[in-house]
Amino acid sequence: MKRLILMIAALVSCFSMSVSAQDTMPPAPYAYRQLDDPALEAKAQDLMETLRCLKCQSQSIADSDAPMAGDMRHQVRLRIAAGESPDAIRGWLMERYGDYVSYKPEISASTWPLFAVPMILVLLAGVILLRRLRNST
Amino acid sequence: MIAEIGLAALWLAAALAALQLVAGALAVRGGAGSEIAALIRPAAVVQGALASVSFVMLLWVFAVTDLSVKLVAANSHSMKPMVFKLAGAWGNHEGSMLLWVTVMALAGGLIALVERRLPERTMHATLAAQGFVGLGFYAFLLLSSNPFERLALPAAEGMGLNPLLQDIGLAFHPPTLYFGYVGLSIAFSFAVGALITRQVTPEFARAMRPWVLGAWVFLTLGITAGSYWAYYELGWGGWWFWDPVENASLMPWLAATALLHSAGVLAARDALRAWTIMLGVVAFSMSMMGTFLVRSGILTSVHAFAVDPERGTFILALLALYIGGALLLFALRAGTISEGERFSVTSREGALVFNNVMLSAILAIVLMGTLYPLLTEAFDTRVSVGPPYFNPVGAIFVVPMLIVMAVGPLLRWRRDSFERIGREAALVAAIILAALVLVSIIGDVAILPLLSLALAAALAVGSLLPLKGRNLRLLPIATWGMVIAHFGIAVALFGMASERAFSKERLAAVMPGEAAQVGPWTVTLEAVEPVAGPNWTAIEGRMSARYRDGDPTTIAPQARSFWTPPQETTESALITRWNGQLYAVMGDQAAGGRWQVRLWWKPFVTFIWYGGMLVALGGVLALIGRVLSDLKRRSVTRRIAERKAETP
Repeated sequence: MKRLILMIAALVSCFSMSVSAQDTMPPAPYAYRQLDDPALEAKAQDLMETLRCLKCQSQSIADSDAPMAGDMRHQVRLRIAAGESPDAIRGWLMERYGDYVSYKPEISASTWPLFAVPMILVLLAGVILLRRLRNST
Repeated sequence: MIAEIGLAALWLAAALAALQLVAGALAVRGGAGSEIAALIRPAAVVQGALASVSFVMLLWVFAVTDLSVKLVAANSHSMKPMVFKLAGAWGNHEGSMLLWVTVMALAGGLIALVERRLPERTMHATLAAQGFVGLGFYAFLLLSSNPFERLALPAAEGMGLNPLLQDIGLAFHPPTLYFGYVGLSIAFSFAVGALITRQVTPEFARAMRPWVLGAWVFLTLGITAGSYWAYYELGWGGWWFWDPVENASLMPWLAATALLHSAGVLAARDALRAWTIMLGVVAFSMSMMGTFLVRSGILTSVHAFAVDPERGTFILALLALYIGGALLLFALRAGTISEGERFSVTSREGALVFNNVMLSAILAIVLMGTLYPLLTEAFDTRVSVGPPYFNPVGAIFVVPMLIVMAVGPLLRWRRDSFERIGREAALVAAIILAALVLVSIIGDVAILPLLSLALAAALAVGSLLPLKGRNLRLLPIATWGMVIAHFGIAVALFGMASERAFSKERLAAVMPGEAAQVGPWTVTLEAVEPVAGPNWTAIEGRMSARYRDGDPTTIAPQARSFWTPPQETTESALITRWNGQLYAVMGDQAAGGRWQVRLWWKPFVTFIWYGGMLVALGGVLALIGRVLSDLKRRSVTRRIAERKAETP
């Protein structure tokens, strides 16, 4: 059940949003349209995959039907087409919506354990394996 | 009346679980009162029967749509097809927890009936532990989630089931995962039983292994099916989101995979005793953790959880009790369990230990990435942890694991040398290098998919190497299982990497009659028509899709609008070829009479799920092989005993 119910709950929230939004406004042009230049589109796609859909559960704006995700895709594509760097766009979105909008982990006061723990694990695994090695020979 | 019978049976089953616990504890302590030991096995069997009665009664009230039962009124509807009425019984919190305890009680009854290999005292301790775990879940059901609660006034009609849940795949997905979770609870009880009596022996590993294998097969199937569901239902072609709910099923799988292999070492070589016990505890902890994450509502919001914490707190308390208790017991006893047989680093045990450590590290990363955002949210800092974290950080451990996995099965038990498998290792290394070069020439592929493609090729060959020079007809079934499961991992990995590296996406706004290109496909939107279903209307796009110069195939993706409750869904349309899938989605109307369509060409994406099914098939073969050889071993021992009795 579990995952399904939650995913469905997330879906429902995405879709019910889209019902109400459709009544008022058509989606922004680049929400569902690719950039003509494949290189720029690839750049935009890479960025969109690391930005969070704020209305959904665990989906990036690259795979969400929520209108807000559509608006954000539109913004990302327009800005990429205008020559802005992906990092600048991410920065702009993080300023507006907070760090929460970015899936790309950056080491900060609130995220360092995410990186420290794997490094400790590597060391720990190394120590365990080395000790085994020494024990057995 | 039916509901009351169900409730009474549930209380009686809980009482028998208590009896199992008390009698087991007395019997293990020994001395006065140990005659009570004769009660333990019957208590477990009857407990299983009573829990089943209770669950059948729940099915019954759902089948007849007894609207005076609160759960039926809230989750069912008199006009629903019978199969969804029955599936509705476990498609909700209370019913699914009842299913959980029923399966657990049945499994407990089964080991009480058939498991005769272990020393009787260890069995008593195991069944006592099983009763203890069961008791917690009975308390949870009876005190905070009674499925048989009556309404003072029967409802006139049921509230119905979410239309998205009325899908035959969805009806059977949750029980699949539950069987996996419950199988791990049996492994946990065996581990605790063996810890209590300090009988951590190869026999213990053999008794536990079928349960771990079975659980692992169910988890594999559950994860594979869930991933395919997300893929076709969410309408964007994604198949894994690192969603906490997905991680909740992945974490027990990772732990079970490690446990499976270390139990294999313990059964074959009497090594890794303490480590196997530890993994038994961890695997069930991850099942409980998954239940807690999903059932407590903590994922929607930490703060929502804090406002209505009854159920979440209950599960958290159970989690702390069982896991804390088991870890405490482990800490007290681990020193007295000897390490077991020694082995050299270059041996099959060595390779398995290495991969066990890697799997544990991956598990720790998934656990960390899942829980960390919840932790910071409690302090009002929201962070997002998603694919850009899990993929590269996980890869640090996945890559060495896959390399060792490709050559590990070639090593001999106890002591071996790299020189002996030098040619095979060189072959695997050569395949990796060749694939890296080849794929880099073909196209501009990102580093992770590139590595994955190379490793998939190497693992596919490496997994088949144990067959070399063997008489295939005499090969044990369990060995076939290992080869197929490892090959399945390579197949799935290839599908994942190919999807990441070579997918083509096309978002287009087209007039009816116009065509759009995606990869080798030409897709023409022939017509757009409204269609109606029982509780929805839809815009259906009729498209004809042509692969290169082949014959056109007609597909009809829909954008559906349900009425009650109002929600929109996309029904994607798929064309499956041997080398991939075309994925088409119908969007909204755009300006000027154009229609938005979303098209993807995903080369070899289906290999992800074929691979998952191969892995599960490998697990089934291993299970059959192990059970058959155990039966044979048992009948041989019995015959020897009989012969001894005949010749005094």
